[in-house]
Amino acid sequence: MEHFDLSLVNWSRAQFALTAMYHWIFVPLTLGLAFIMAFMETLYYKTGDEEWKRITKFWMTLFGINFAIGVATGIILEFEFGTNWSNYSWFVGDIFGAPLAIEGIMAFFMESTFIAVMFFGWNKVSKKFHLISTWLVALGANLSALWILVANAWMQYPAGMNFNPDTARNEMQNFWEVLFSPVAVNKFLHTITSGYVLAALFVIGISAWYLLKGRNILLAKRSIIVASVFGLITSIFLALTGDGSAYQVAQKQPMKLAAMEGLYEGTEGAPLVVVGALTPGKEFNDEKDPFIFRIQIPKLLSFLGYRSGDAFVPGVKDIIEGGYTYTDKNGKQKVALSAEQKIQRGKIAIQALADYRNAKDAGDTAAMEYNRKLLDENFEYFGYGYLNDPKSIIPNVPLTFYSFHIMVALGFLFIAFFALMLYLIYFKGYNINKWLLRLGIIMVPLAYIASQAGWIVAEVGRQPWVIQDILPTVAAVSRIDASAVQVTFFLFFAIFTTLLIAELKIMFTQIKKGPKDGGK
Amino acid sequence: MNLLKKVFNFYYEGFKSMTIGKTLWIIILIKLFVMFAVLKVFFFPNILKRNFKTDEERSKYVIEQLTTKPK
Repeated sequence: MEHFDLSLVNWSRAQFALTAMYHWIFVPLTLGLAFIMAFMETLYYKTGDEEWKRITKFWMTLFGINFAIGVATGIILEFEFGTNWSNYSWFVGDIFGAPLAIEGIMAFFMESTFIAVMFFGWNKVSKKFHLISTWLVALGANLSALWILVANAWMQYPAGMNFNPDTARNEMQNFWEVLFSPVAVNKFLHTITSGYVLAALFVIGISAWYLLKGRNILLAKRSIIVASVFGLITSIFLALTGDGSAYQVAQKQPMKLAAMEGLYEGTEGAPLVVVGALTPGKEFNDEKDPFIFRIQIPKLLSFLGYRSGDAFVPGVKDIIEGGYTYTDKNGKQKVALSAEQKIQRGKIAIQALADYRNAKDAGDTAAMEYNRKLLDENFEYFGYGYLNDPKSIIPNVPLTFYSFHIMVALGFLFIAFFALMLYLIYFKGYNINKWLLRLGIIMVPLAYIASQAGWIVAEVGRQPWVIQDILPTVAAVSRIDASAVQVTFFLFFAIFTTLLIAELKIMFTQIKKGPKDGGK
Repeated sequence: MNLLKKVFNFYYEGFKSMTIGKTLWIIILIKLFVMFAVLKVFFFPNILKRNFKTDEERSKYVIEQLTTKPK
């Protein structure tokens, strides 16, 4: 690690995190609001009630603003791959090529065609065709997310590929294994449902503001009921997929799970921390209590991670020292290697790749064959070869821990909020208390915080890996001038902040104006 | 031909009747210009594409990067 320019690595990481997190401000609302609009338009189609049409068109305008400002912000990430992460982009090229190409084609055709019909087609195409277009926009946006998330899931759990030492690329062996890896399925479902919940809270928040102001009452009331039902169903599903994600993390990325829970010493029947404060400066091998205080539920972490209340959950120290028993991806019981042993095997793999290449240049087929075999045997630890200190496999524990707990706590708060909203509407009609309406407005920024916290858990929690166990960030980065990355970091910061301000300004203006043609 | 004209008119009238959409289109166009004509060209060249002609050269370079320590 000390051989790498850490300022370059850190600036590259910071820049990627900045752009990805800004991009992620826009995406979730698009994913969820598209479906909410489609439901509303379906109600218009079924009832013929013009008010539903007005409501649909209002939310469609806000969808359009968010879509327009957010569209193509993700492209910058692709630029970064080519410049800042050239080793990585070459290394994964073959795996990412297919999903991202499908995403590009699908997004272009689905969205550019049907979004136009959705916005321009009122009274120009049949009601049915318009409705189908709205649904296809919603499906298209979500399917676009699928391919990106499949690519991301592969980085968290590389499957269905084979490393080719001649090309230095991971080549896809089984497309379906990549597409339907358990991590990909869970990641997709959990991520898109987080977008649905955020959109539901967004709709409720704005509607609550209207009710507090005493305007657009019918729009607000109808929007609240649609968003609350949608929000309650999807937030429950979000919790279920969250459980699925935690299970996958326990199986495939035990260090991330340990960081999420601040678990330093592994134990059987591990409890789940509900609330806690970490001890600052805690090292994995010191005697300090990891927590200043904590409230925990006995055995729950073991149950969530391994579906058994008595299962052993390894902590940070166990993963570094090895020696515990785990089940590998083929279902076999194995004894975990220590980080030191993995580093040694990684170094063998890297050396074998270098020797293979030299043997190839020298035309020595016997040496090529020998090194190829050596590389294959050790490839699963390839990335460890770039690390010198076992401690470097520990992600930022406080950031991962607090992000995870904020995300989970807010997730449960959202379920309670949707349920309470529906309960009060059902029993008290729409005479919702002012405090609940105010809470509805507060829920909007909280939804964004939860969404970003989820990104942090997934991406910071897997550090130092860009590709789990195979490629660490230090080896993925291009050896370019750190100051150039620093300059572009601030450039992006300025551009994205301007875009965000522009969106908020246009969005707030439009919300203040309300629906174009009034309404009741 | 008639169909093409219909499609053209559909988009033409759609864009023409836009209100807030016009501002959004301006934002999109400025953004795409900044991204593709400024950032991509001046700040984010694809260094493997720019510096090497063939995939073989690129793979050789990446292997070298992956198997040697930076100087």
